[in-house]
Amino acid sequence: MPRLTINGIRVEVERGTTVLEAARFLGIPIPTLCHDEGLAPYGACRLCVVEVGTPPRSKLQSACTVPAEDGLVVETHSARVDRARRLLLELYVATCPQSKRLQDLASRYGVRRVRLEPEFESCIQCGKCVRLCAEQMQAGAIDFAFRGWRRKVMSPFHPHSELCRQCGACLYICPVVELRCQGARPETTLCSGCINFSPACLEHHDHAMCFLEPCAACELAGPLRLAGPLRKGLVWEKEEPEEKGEGELL
Amino acid sequence: MSESVDIDAILGTRWERAENLIPVLQDIQSQFHYLPEGALRAVSRCFQIPFPRVFHVATFYNCFSLEPRGRHHVQVCLGTACHVRGGQRVLDKVLRELSLPASGTTSDFEFTVEPVRCLGCCALAPVMRVDQRTYGHLQQSRVPRVLKGCRQPIMATA
Amino acid sequence: MSAPQTRIANLTDLLHAAARGRKTLLPNHPKILVGMASCGLAAGADEVYQAIREETSRLQLPYVVAPTGCIGWCSQEPLVDVRLPHKPRVTYGRMDVPKARELVRGLCDGDLKTQWAIGLLTGHDNPVTRTRIRYSQPSARVDGVPRYEDLELFRRQIRLVTRNCGVIDPADLDEYIARAGYLALHWALTGMRPEEIINEVTRSGLRGRGGAGFPTGKKWEVMRRQPAKPKYIVCNADEGDPGAYMDRAVLEGDPHSVLEGMTIGAYAMGASDGVIYVREEYPLAVKRMLEAIAQAEAAGLLGDNLFHSGFSFHIRVVKGAGAFVCGEETALITSVEGRVGEPRQRPPYPAQRGLGGKPTCINNVETWANIPVILMRGGDWYAHLGTGDSRGTKVFCLVGAVKNPTLIEVPMGITLRQIVYDIGGGIPQGRKFKAIQTGGPSGGCLPESLLDLEVDYESLTQAGAIMGSGGMIVMDSSTCMVDLARYFLTFLADESCGKCFSCRKGLQRMRQIVTRITEGLGSEGDLELIEDLGWMVRETSLCGLGQTAPNPVLSTLRYFRDEYLAHVREKRCPAKVCKELITYRIEPTLCDGCGACVRVCTSQAILGEKKKVHTIDNAKCIKCGSCLEVCQPQAVLVE
Repeated sequence: MPRLTINGIRVEVERGTTVLEAARFLGIPIPTLCHDEGLAPYGACRLCVVEVGTPPRSKLQSACTVPAEDGLVVETHSARVDRARRLLLELYVATCPQSKRLQDLASRYGVRRVRLEPEFESCIQCGKCVRLCAEQMQAGAIDFAFRGWRRKVMSPFHPHSELCRQCGACLYICPVVELRCQGARPETTLCSGCINFSPACLEHHDHAMCFLEPCAACELAGPLRLAGPLRKGLVWEKEEPEEKGEGELL
Repeated sequence: MSESVDIDAILGTRWERAENLIPVLQDIQSQFHYLPEGALRAVSRCFQIPFPRVFHVATFYNCFSLEPRGRHHVQVCLGTACHVRGGQRVLDKVLRELSLPASGTTSDFEFTVEPVRCLGCCALAPVMRVDQRTYGHLQQSRVPRVLKGCRQPIMATA
Repeated sequence: MSAPQTRIANLTDLLHAAARGRKTLLPNHPKILVGMASCGLAAGADEVYQAIREETSRLQLPYVVAPTGCIGWCSQEPLVDVRLPHKPRVTYGRMDVPKARELVRGLCDGDLKTQWAIGLLTGHDNPVTRTRIRYSQPSARVDGVPRYEDLELFRRQIRLVTRNCGVIDPADLDEYIARAGYLALHWALTGMRPEEIINEVTRSGLRGRGGAGFPTGKKWEVMRRQPAKPKYIVCNADEGDPGAYMDRAVLEGDPHSVLEGMTIGAYAMGASDGVIYVREEYPLAVKRMLEAIAQAEAAGLLGDNLFHSGFSFHIRVVKGAGAFVCGEETALITSVEGRVGEPRQRPPYPAQRGLGGKPTCINNVETWANIPVILMRGGDWYAHLGTGDSRGTKVFCLVGAVKNPTLIEVPMGITLRQIVYDIGGGIPQGRKFKAIQTGGPSGGCLPESLLDLEVDYESLTQAGAIMGSGGMIVMDSSTCMVDLARYFLTFLADESCGKCFSCRKGLQRMRQIVTRITEGLGSEGDLELIEDLGWMVRETSLCGLGQTAPNPVLSTLRYFRDEYLAHVREKRCPAKVCKELITYRIEPTLCDGCGACVRVCTSQAILGEKKKVHTIDNAKCIKCGSCLEVCQPQAVLVE
């Protein structure tokens, strides 16, 4: 049974468990788009990247495809992971701004701005429809075609594939099809409906101090100051005031 | 629907192994100068691979073409060495000479023009390959002669 | 070579084959060799070869006329080498059909036509055995013809991988054996244990020559320890980096060196089958490898029970289908399996789980070609060449804006300056050096200030480039670095497999932004955006293609930022390349009214009467550059 460390927490899991599954078992949230329990891991959306290994030799890898192994060290909320998620989501929202799912994720992970022109594509190529059709429905009526930026999901030569049994599973599983609150013609590329704060703790430390979502705790915490580097543990420590100030306390 | 295409001669018994898919497609491409829909469907049937997946393979790789290619295949090299020595200009010149708006096939199916990266003759940049012959040190002014030379019967080379 | 191939089953057979090869390498008649690798053919070597054969036949001369691989002087192709018995081998450059005929007639009369000769060799070293094939006395000279060893182009080169290129006829197995070919394999199978072989490779410090630079001995050891069977050996000959043709030269010029290296590796790692994956854009290389495999099998040097050792190994050739991403190990494997070339995450590495889920050792052509030398001379000997953690030699393709664009093999640790100026001869036409690009689309551009960098894996990576497979493209002031970044992004966005979001979308967006900058539509925030996207693509992409794709644009931003700023702030292209930002103009004081430009202008943008100054109508001008090409007084200016 492999024993690995996630965010400083040692955990032992069954052989064959992925880092994503192990993290979720611990209650640590990791965003995903192309992952589904009923489908083989695909690793295309890159949203579930986590930092694997110890710096400076660590790298970002998709948690859904990394098998749990003895001695593996994983960080799910480091500054590097946070920056990667925000940039990925900025690109996702710019690609598909009409999707509520993407807007919700952007909001949760602190995307403040989208500097790219919106494209209004209706597919992010997570591959769930293709994989579901092949793996679960055993039909293989649709698949990817072409390569690189030209790649897309389609049925070759004719829009209707004779292998399609019209089960509707592909429509069901598509993550971007839900429309935003603003409807089909939103006025802004980035939604501003839901409140979000980016983790203030990351301005001082290499790792987020908690996994609260949305992150808001620190801004309201007042004199509770952060306890220094993570190796002390995920613990809030009350700090003695440096000098007698005047009414600085809550 | 598509016309059925007889590929038995090309196929032989290679359908028995999935790894033969690409070589079979290459042979079909060689013979027909493109991959007809009927041939792809036949391949899908014989190999027992879902047709959309065969289509993905057919559209993934550069050497395959879903549209018939012209009699002469012009590949202008746009590798880095050729690019810094004006390869794009050579390509533009070829397109202009053949009145093509972009890479593709002329309406009389004489020429198909495509960029390619790279032919491995970088010391002779810019380079262009027409059918089996490669031309180096190309200047735009030489292009019309090269293309004209193709329209005549190709001289035998060893 | 129509006689049936003699079987070679032991050392005596090898020596007999060597004797046969020796007779054709050093015949008692004059021998004429023509460089017939792809470069030569592209320059017209085929016609030259035919002309020489016709002429010698017509004059009934008992000359031996044979093809050979890359002689190593690419800028002077087509190349013809002549060796009169006991005389030095003389190289003739820029030959054509008329000159070739005259040369043959001249040789008949004792006229060496030295006005066309560019170099002479009294012998060729054989690094495998530390011997030398002697064409003549070492002191022999020919008036007016410089010796190779006196030329800067060749002085520093040490030809280990390219030891036989340009020396032998690649289709002649006996000649390969005469150059100590298959001696290392014989030694390995009859006198060494697998662990000993891997030990030598480890001691040599050889690192993967395909670009990643992973220690070869380590990979072999991991592979050897895998219990699963069967195991596979793969030669990655999908040389996709534009501007790199080192592998092509070896495959076309010395195919047996790759087969021998692979067989030794297979024995060391316990593999039974091998695959050579060659890109389909190299038809001659495919042909040579198939020929060589057939020859080796007929001779018993490949196949079952080699040298009666009980070890069997079979190799087949698989052609690529045109996809740069298939140079990546895991994508190569899926392509061999008949699927699209989509990489997967590593670990597990192919040496653990590869083809068909079995252990597979994938190495580059150059890496395999080094093995016979390492085995015969010892790992320690190999390691005394090179520097730091980068041992041995490396083959590079020096191309672009240099006087001598050519293939070179030099020890690691040589500086970029020595490569560009000493070996390459510097920048032609009096222009100034601007940048050198190494590592292909995964690499980066380095400026003049870094020319004294020693070429080794670590130095180049730290500077923002990578060693890569060996392509080195020199650029002068006529290259726009922003346009170059756009070029690489276009290439990578097309060649990306498209599976992972970061690479597919990130590169597409980066390309759009850089393209807008080249069109004069960029804005201040664009540079920061490119850097952010570049960081994201590098950090989160699934495979090496995506992880290194931002390197070209990030390195140009790092070292040539002022050029980007000129495009963004001043809407100006300093190199005068970006079409939307330049205009063509005819300088009246230089124009002689010859009208050559009017004849080539396809958009009727040039006006003028004969002998009178011409002008360009900028509204119609498409800036194709045709007029620039033909203007003798150089009156056409780009501003």
